[in-house]
Amino acid sequence: MSFDESYTTPDGRTIGGVLMEMRNITLRFGGVTAIKDISFDIRQGEIRAIIGPNGAGKTSMLNVINGFYHPQEGEIIFRGETRRRMRPYEAASQGISRTFQNVALFQGMSTLDNIMAGRTLKMHKNFFWQMLRYGPALQEEIEHRKVVEKIIDFLEIQSIRKKPVGSLPYGLQKRVELARALAAEPSLLLLDEPMAGMNVEEKEDMSRFILDVNDEFGTTIALIEHDMGVVMDLADRVVALDYGKKIADGTPQEVQSNQAVIDAYLGVAH
Amino acid sequence: MTSQAAPEGELDTIPRLLARNARTYGDKPAYREKEFGIWQSWTWAETEKEIRNLALGFLELDMQVGDHVAIIGRNRPALYWAMVAAQSVGAVPVPLYQDSVAEEMAYVLDHCGARFVIAEDQEQVDKVLEVSDRLPQLEQIIYYDKRGMRKYDHTRLNALRDIQAEGAAGHQRLEPILAERLKQQDYDTTCVILYTSGTTGRPKGVVLSNRNIIESSRISVEFDKLTVDDSVLAYLPMAWVGDFIFSVGQCYWTGFCVNCPESADTMQADLKEIGPTYFFAPPRFFEGLLTAVMIRMEDASPLKRKIFHYFMDHAKKVGSRLLDGKPVSLWDRLKYNIGDFVVYAPLKNQLGMSRVRIGYTAGEAIGPEIFEFYRSLGINLKQLYGQTEASVYITIQPDGEVRADTVGVPAPGVEIRIGDNGEVYYRSPGTFVEYYKNPESTASTKDPEGWVATGDAGYFEEGTGHLKIIDRAKDVGKLADGSLFAPKYVENKLKFYPNILEAVLFGADRENCVAFINIDLSAVGNWAERNNIGYSSYQELAGHPKVLDMIQGHVEEVNASLATDPMLNGCQIHRFLILHKELDPDDGEMTRTRKVRRRIIDEKYADLIQALYDGSTEVSTTTEVTYEDGRKGSISATLEIREARVFPREAKAA
Repeated sequence: MSFDESYTTPDGRTIGGVLMEMRNITLRFGGVTAIKDISFDIRQGEIRAIIGPNGAGKTSMLNVINGFYHPQEGEIIFRGETRRRMRPYEAASQGISRTFQNVALFQGMSTLDNIMAGRTLKMHKNFFWQMLRYGPALQEEIEHRKVVEKIIDFLEIQSIRKKPVGSLPYGLQKRVELARALAAEPSLLLLDEPMAGMNVEEKEDMSRFILDVNDEFGTTIALIEHDMGVVMDLADRVVALDYGKKIADGTPQEVQSNQAVIDAYLGVAH
Repeated sequence: MTSQAAPEGELDTIPRLLARNARTYGDKPAYREKEFGIWQSWTWAETEKEIRNLALGFLELDMQVGDHVAIIGRNRPALYWAMVAAQSVGAVPVPLYQDSVAEEMAYVLDHCGARFVIAEDQEQVDKVLEVSDRLPQLEQIIYYDKRGMRKYDHTRLNALRDIQAEGAAGHQRLEPILAERLKQQDYDTTCVILYTSGTTGRPKGVVLSNRNIIESSRISVEFDKLTVDDSVLAYLPMAWVGDFIFSVGQCYWTGFCVNCPESADTMQADLKEIGPTYFFAPPRFFEGLLTAVMIRMEDASPLKRKIFHYFMDHAKKVGSRLLDGKPVSLWDRLKYNIGDFVVYAPLKNQLGMSRVRIGYTAGEAIGPEIFEFYRSLGINLKQLYGQTEASVYITIQPDGEVRADTVGVPAPGVEIRIGDNGEVYYRSPGTFVEYYKNPESTASTKDPEGWVATGDAGYFEEGTGHLKIIDRAKDVGKLADGSLFAPKYVENKLKFYPNILEAVLFGADRENCVAFINIDLSAVGNWAERNNIGYSSYQELAGHPKVLDMIQGHVEEVNASLATDPMLNGCQIHRFLILHKELDPDDGEMTRTRKVRRRIIDEKYADLIQALYDGSTEVSTTTEVTYEDGRKGSISATLEIREARVFPREAKAA
């Protein structure tokens, strides 16, 4: 696959060239190898799922992508450039944002404030003006509020705009977290188990939001998910991990029928 | 009977009222909608332009005179505009309930033969597309919210904004056609078709003319002195006749402002922000709000609670008297004013009812305590009685004659008579034209002289001329001694107690009345907790002697109040039992809208009814239940039967 080769999916979305490429990534914690020699890529505009049993290294992989972990071996190529060792906020300023497996919101703050927090990196007026909330800082805040309100509308969370996040049910907290990630206007969105702990209806809603985000904003999405039904419906391509190794990579249909994947999920006699 | 001439200046169609409003009230707000956290507003001049462009766009799409245009979505200005734009080109809007499933929509869309569907968003478009192969007449779907629609095949799909833009672009060519179309309409042109959700059988399409809508609006506006400076919150389904009268008829007649909430879930917050002056809600809304207030007061500090109860007790004493303009002592007035400052005004503000000048409730009986609570705060809540076929208004309560147990006097211009079987008949300028494509139903409901059967039984109270509705006519019967039996009236009295969720009264052709009671698990459970009564299941709680004692108290109170009712004092409950399970739609005992299915209950619980009448003190029974996933099981129980005290009947009025 060359860098600028693009294609159109059956439902009419355009998938571009490679946005991010992982080359022979190995991540160790002391003597434990969490990820072993994994290579795969994420293409512009696609929904890429990472699947695997518990402890397969999925979340570690996501942490490598957004710069939280630094692999001992291998290189990451983002937008055609080899990425240096960097911190998560640098990744964020390059357009990578994420949600977490266990909701990580400011529990005491309102939904609105939580999402506004996602705009932090886009705010440029100095601390002093912001503290006074006056003049250019006020102007800037209004601009950011407009963006945030669009996201609130998009994710249909108007009714909880002013509610403290801690008082919301889990499914809604997940949605607020997605909203905060979107507030950074990411080009690559990482979702760590966005549907965990949700009921069927909430899952359907969340699936629709993920598809809509991808479709409306053209955001590239990499997501970890356990629910195979969801993965089959959402993902363009799936990479399957087991014990830190890549065992399959391809379309959902290919991966689902892959013997190694079936073995990994159902278990085999060793 | 409906020979009134069209009102002054040819204000005989909704589009002509629009033109008048744009001329007279050009810079007054016509619509507001909260979007992106801010109330956006449109003046009448802007509204006229939006509707004109949309109407021109409809012409571009070849919308013909007499076409039916289905409107599906929640209350949004653009959808109201679409209705008036359709009327402007001579088409007939048919609003649908947006929460109907695709199957239900298919029936209505097919029955009315809609050529156009205007859908709010992707969800509604999907539903229509799902059944579109069964709708040969459907040609175009127009959607308002573009989100998620990019990938759809657009050969038959258009965005509403694009239609408007096309209309605006072609205005030189299309304006003369539009002017011609507007000229063709008059007072007898069909204004709207509203489908009623029948409890039995298929929905029926009620055809209402401009005359029906505009006369009803004019009369009710004059009755309540509504003006251009009033405002309403449009949150009830657009397919419901009330919303059409309030948000279209009365709005266009007076020029007042219609406010649309941000989403269905933000209604309460939006209500508070807008503070409408004219407000309608069904009884269950007021009940829910009151319960929420009471629960929050339970959690308040003891001092606050004390103040609240002290002043609420005072409000109960004098609040509604003040509202009715009856004499109240100076000291009580003063105390009420202090209460207003400390409790009533802040509470009304929380409820979003600070500015409500006229509030209405209808559709079901409202509990007297609930009704009194709002009135004692100084909120002018009133009742009306109406139906789609009447363009809402049949009876209405005038200021100063507001009561919880009547539905008021005949609305201006409405004639009412009571049939031999007690059924209420009316005729009025608002009386519908016909049921669309259903001459049999039209003939059986409306006679050649224009009298319409409501299907409800009622009577006029002597002295006051107020109408009391007692029940659906088909459920009303007679006891063995010939006195009137109206189950729903008594059941409602029981259900006003928070502890009683549901009640079923038996007694037709019997010596006396007996009842099944369902307790309300949350209310009684809460009570049990406070009184240290342990229980592990609904069944156990329902069978607890103390619960039976409590319910018996309620039943006897109802009996006492029935004894004073000259018409219904035969309906006192002699014996009752508390059912061991909740009546459930899954078991077919109730409809999905939670109306009791009497015939099924009669069959299923024949053994219990038998026991209630044969004098036994307890009865053992086994009942089949259906779980939510469709599996069946059975529960057995031994139920205690209680005798309730009955009171001597007061002399029957001659």
